[in-house]
Amino acid sequence: MATYNLKINGKSHQVDVAADTPLLWVLRDHLGLVGTKYACGTAQCGACTVHVNGTAARSCMMPISGIASSEITTIEGLSENGDHPVQQAWDEVDVAQCGYCQAGQIMTAAAFLKRNPDPTDEEIASAMHGNICRCGAYHRIREAVKLASTKI
Amino acid sequence: MSTNIDNSRREFLRMTSLTAGGFLLGFNWLGNELKAAPVAINAALAGDVGFNSYISISADGIVTLFSPNPELGQNIMTSFPMIVAEELDADWSKVKVVQAALDTTKFERQLTGGSGAVPHSWMRLRKAGATARAMLVEAAAKRWNVPAGECIAENGFVIHAASGKKLGYGELAAEAATVPVPADVKLKDRKDFKLIGTAVRNVENQKIHTGKPLFGLDFYREGMMHAMIQRPTAFGLKLKSVDSAAAKAMPGIIDVVTFGNNVAVVGKSTWEVMKARKVLKVEYEKDGALESSADHDKLFHDLLDNGKATVQRKNGDVEAAFKNAAKIIKSEYQCPFLAHSPMEPMNFFAHVRADGVELVGPSQTPASARTAVSKLLNIAEDKITLQLTRLGGGFGRRLKFDYVTEAAELSSIIKAPVKVTWSKEDDMTGGSYRPAVRYRFEAALDSNGNMTGYRLRGVGINSGNPTRQDNFPSGAVDNLLIESVEHVSPITTGAWRAPITNFLAFAEQSFLDEVAQAAGKDPVEFRLNLLQKARTSPAGEIKYDIGRMEGVIKMAADKAGWGTKKGVYQGFSVYFSHRSYVAQVCEVAMEKGKPAVKKIYAVADCGEVVNLSGARQQVMGGVVDGYGHAMFGKLTFKDGETEQKNYNTYRLIRMKEIPEVEPYFVDNGIEPTGLGEPALPPTGGAVANAIFKATGRRIKNQPFNDDELFGGKRVKSTLKKERPG
Ligand code: FES
Ligand code: FES
Repeated sequence: MATYNLKINGKSHQVDVAADTPLLWVLRDHLGLVGTKYACGTAQCGACTVHVNGTAARSCMMPISGIASSEITTIEGLSENGDHPVQQAWDEVDVAQCGYCQAGQIMTAAAFLKRNPDPTDEEIASAMHGNICRCGAYHRIREAVKLASTKI
Repeated sequence: MSTNIDNSRREFLRMTSLTAGGFLLGFNWLGNELKAAPVAINAALAGDVGFNSYISISADGIVTLFSPNPELGQNIMTSFPMIVAEELDADWSKVKVVQAALDTTKFERQLTGGSGAVPHSWMRLRKAGATARAMLVEAAAKRWNVPAGECIAENGFVIHAASGKKLGYGELAAEAATVPVPADVKLKDRKDFKLIGTAVRNVENQKIHTGKPLFGLDFYREGMMHAMIQRPTAFGLKLKSVDSAAAKAMPGIIDVVTFGNNVAVVGKSTWEVMKARKVLKVEYEKDGALESSADHDKLFHDLLDNGKATVQRKNGDVEAAFKNAAKIIKSEYQCPFLAHSPMEPMNFFAHVRADGVELVGPSQTPASARTAVSKLLNIAEDKITLQLTRLGGGFGRRLKFDYVTEAAELSSIIKAPVKVTWSKEDDMTGGSYRPAVRYRFEAALDSNGNMTGYRLRGVGINSGNPTRQDNFPSGAVDNLLIESVEHVSPITTGAWRAPITNFLAFAEQSFLDEVAQAAGKDPVEFRLNLLQKARTSPAGEIKYDIGRMEGVIKMAADKAGWGTKKGVYQGFSVYFSHRSYVAQVCEVAMEKGKPAVKKIYAVADCGEVVNLSGARQQVMGGVVDGYGHAMFGKLTFKDGETEQKNYNTYRLIRMKEIPEVEPYFVDNGIEPTGLGEPALPPTGGAVANAIFKATGRRIKNQPFNDDELFGGKRVKSTLKKERPG
């Protein structure tokens, strides 16, 4: 066990966990930030996507010891009032079916649009290809990313 | 059902006090006489029969509806309140919806499965809304001393046009609760619908988009323990010995307990439990057959030839039809097991105390889960509560409740609140699956190309009856025999979105294409001719609606420009499942010598569309689901153990692989007939038929991606290349 000082959603947190504890479980079990989802646990599906220093990253295989000084943003901290352009677009397009993958989809899309604010459909599909949606909401995810790009 | 109005009034007053001046209207979900009893009357029976759900209108005009059915993405939490709000003429921005806990005294059919929620509740919800509206109008009329007939309800207000008076529902709620419940209420004409049929956004969007704790896995309780369970690694194994010393010594581990074949690691956090689980030393021994997919392949052939068949339907004289045939077409189709693999892993919270049991989590069948827990622990059902969370997908997996009972059993052993979490691997290796099935079809044609005989024999592994003997083309062929053969296996199977038809439809619609081709007929024409035959001289009972089926066929052909397009190859498919009808046209283009699936037109007749946004999601998602699994879905076994354990080897469709999907709905005003599943079954057939047109190669096994057309190695066809005529 070791103590880690983390910067998450603009606030500092201190946790006492084993060095190999993935960020995902620190968020969920220790900090009560359950918006970041556990699905495959093996970096295959993107459900656990967060931002580490502004870049989309999969938290399920990311040991806490490697990221202690980074700025972490989770879905809870993407915007103050849930009105990030990507969140707005997700609502307008009415993307979610079961909704379980959507926090990860939104975090992936938000980081992608920061890098590429004016993407083509192909670029969107490439950027979002790593995020599985078992409900098959892909058409609307693509549409929402496109719409969000007009709001950014 | 007889009703005492005074009683109902008293009940209303009692309930009113519960909501501090608001208005609670109970309506009965248990009534089977859908059309008979006005819903509100049942509020009178609250004391005895119990309410099954409530509309509540608070003094500030907020309308709340308890939604009893599990929400797994079918969008029931939005559709249900839309139906009530329509008849109530509520202001949609003031409607709130709350997930109800399991309550079998109040609700009927509190489950998600069979695409049945809206069909079941449609009239009940409308009457509930209309009754409340009538009472609000009555209350306003009394206060203004005008005839109720002169008042109208609109967007959360009652209005008396002649005098220009207007009162909000919130202001009228308390008085409305004292109005006698009308014996009968008039429902709206569908042409007056303002909300039903429009696109309304998911009422939980904001919570989903901001990561609020909605799902079972998100549930935390102070003092709760975390657990994972090591289950047998293969079907046909049982527990022999456990050495848990090393695991128990790991940090954060509270205990390791064994029950049945389960070894549960209990600890303070999920990660600590996951780590300790890795150092468990568990030995298993054989307890049954250790089956492999390679053996199943052989078994299927053997059972098709020699298996003990159960006759599911028989019309006419099949032997004679085949003996007299001018042409016989014979073909076989096979599919593998599939995992349900919802994104949210299985999980449940259980707290077994001396005075009762608390269960929290995602379940498609909460009532059955509770009954099972009650039996297992020998605790009366009324001492067990079950709070439903939102489900991160289901697809049939959560119709099973193995993960609920084991959480309860574990809690009863460790005498503590515990959440059991499965990993993706746990569910893929030890879950339950869409059964593997093989079909043999035979058709007899006369010299005019009419189908005079039809034979289908299906063999499945724990599939029950893998046929749907009364579906089309039954009734359209004079001589027909449909049989099933079952192989019993230790591998657990279960309902998987559109059970059986998720593969049968592909096989049957592909085969009908083969027959049409042999008969020298256009596939659409061929199907319409069969339906015409079923109408004019039916062979036995017809259990589908010929007109609705024709309707979707014609509309799909029209929307897709069937037979008029250059540069694309089109395939057709139509299927009736769960009361609804869906026809699809798939378009394939050849790109670098390979077929590329470009677009799928889907025309659905699900009766009245409640929420256009949700309905489009169900059709588009259903098509993506059907296409993705037909293309990539494969779960195979080696010695009882699955060879795929997570998404790296169990391939799910991803964004770059989706075709365009164009959904349409038939507007016929029929009461809703369900849409959670019916869009999935036709997809595989439409795709395979289009691929055949494009390449001359008929794909008969799923997943398509294993076929040599897509560079797959496993399936080497020995079939001669056919070319479309
Ligand atoms: S849970 Fe991390 S990628 Fe799937
Ligand atoms: S919305 Fe269900 S997994 Fe994406």
